[in-house]
Amino acid sequence: MRKIQLPFSDDVILDLKVGDPIALSGVMVTGRDTVHKWMIDTFIKKTRPAQGDDLEVYQAILPLLRGSAIYHCGPVVAGLESQDYRFVAAGPTTSTREEPYQGDVMHHFKIQGVIGKGGMGPKTLAACQQVPGVYLHAIGGAASLIAQTVTRVLGVYKLDFGVPEAMWVIEVVDFPAVVTMDAHGGSLHAEIEQKSKAVLQELLAK
Amino acid sequence: MQDLTVEILELVRLAATDLPPDVEESLRKAVEQEAPGSPGRGALETILANVELSRQNSTPICQDTGTPIFYVRHPEGWSTRKLRQQIEAAVVEATRRAYLRPNSVDSLSGKNSGNNLGGDHFPSVHFEEVEGETLVMELMLKGGGCENVGAQYSLPNAALGAGRDLAGVRKAVLDAVHKAQGQGCSPGILGVAIGGDRGTSYYASKETLFRKMDEANPNPELAALEEQLTDEANQLGIGPMGFGGKTTVLSTKMTHLNRLPASFFVSVSYMCWAYRRRKMTWQNGTVQYE
Repeated sequence: MRKIQLPFSDDVILDLKVGDPIALSGVMVTGRDTVHKWMIDTFIKKTRPAQGDDLEVYQAILPLLRGSAIYHCGPVVAGLESQDYRFVAAGPTTSTREEPYQGDVMHHFKIQGVIGKGGMGPKTLAACQQVPGVYLHAIGGAASLIAQTVTRVLGVYKLDFGVPEAMWVIEVVDFPAVVTMDAHGGSLHAEIEQKSKAVLQELLAK
Repeated sequence: MQDLTVEILELVRLAATDLPPDVEESLRKAVEQEAPGSPGRGALETILANVELSRQNSTPICQDTGTPIFYVRHPEGWSTRKLRQQIEAAVVEATRRAYLRPNSVDSLSGKNSGNNLGGDHFPSVHFEEVEGETLVMELMLKGGGCENVGAQYSLPNAALGAGRDLAGVRKAVLDAVHKAQGQGCSPGILGVAIGGDRGTSYYASKETLFRKMDEANPNPELAALEEQLTDEANQLGIGPMGFGGKTTVLSTKMTHLNRLPASFFVSVSYMCWAYRRRKMTWQNGTVQYE
């Protein structure tokens, strides 16, 4: 398992290939459905005017996301009442829902790692080649185990989106994942989809 | 009637943090099927380590603690209104104790209620009065990832070459498994209902998931099809997490409902490997869990 420190460098990203198991350490940010739509509407397509603390949050997350990773995760968090936050369960959520947004978000914020589960489609794969970046697959449902690699919760933005949808800034040590989409156009998901499609056609013909 | 709030809280804790033994056993068998050093095997090993850790620490197996779906079969004389209040109180406390993630979102405002309550359908509770003196409460926690890959087919389906018979049902189910790829957190468990209307069909496809992993279908024709579907789904090579491999589906559970002459629905509820279902049985004031 290859150990990687966040933020990424282009050299590290270009060196990663589909199938590589990795262990990530450093600071990353969680973000899922509401966050991606908010980013696109407010800062990228600008179809919605910035309001409330939007601009303040934007300035705060710019340096956090640059060269780092966004984690598709809606955690279970303890210490909500005391604000002494601790991740209790923090596995990945299904990434494909962010496919309409992810490529643009990667470009805008210079995000080089997208962590989730289930893989993503052609738009994100193209962004991985351009930015450059990688898609990192965490093990779906391995929530207690992954939460143990979250050593500190450094802060939270947009908690009004709800606990699962907020942006949690976390420090991780040896967060386990597998590269399933790389910066060279490789995608394990596209490969498995095609192979299983061929088997399905055979079975349907029976 | 007895207040069961504390007992229901324990049912929720068990469901969220302690994977049923028959499911764990099935995952242990699956590990042996996968090639040493393969990503699929690695995924299953991580899954099993996580199951162990969650049980030890009483922390959620998966952070998506899903929709809490309760099925309550109660004797005559129990108030379903009070039982619902007790279920809601237990769910609120389970959320406060971080056994459950706050998961109930207003579809119009986007606001999360923060306590897993919301409207008349969250949590989802189904009541049925039964004969005898025993109350049985079953709980399933079904996450959004696997719920999203569920599918319903109206047969005949020309694209699949699926007609209105069991051969057609087979084709629809295999198509659903292919479309799901690894996104429902494979290896999954399939709940399949044949017939009904759109609503009752999906409902039955979930209810059938309460059967134990090795519990054969009482209908021999469906029992055979369950076996065949599990076997053929595994030939697709999608594997754990969609990484490729031999284990895509752990088990298939089928049921059938009467239908209208005009309708022939096949409903597939996909359950992720984190197949969180627990049962509580109340009799003479004492409660047992399984």
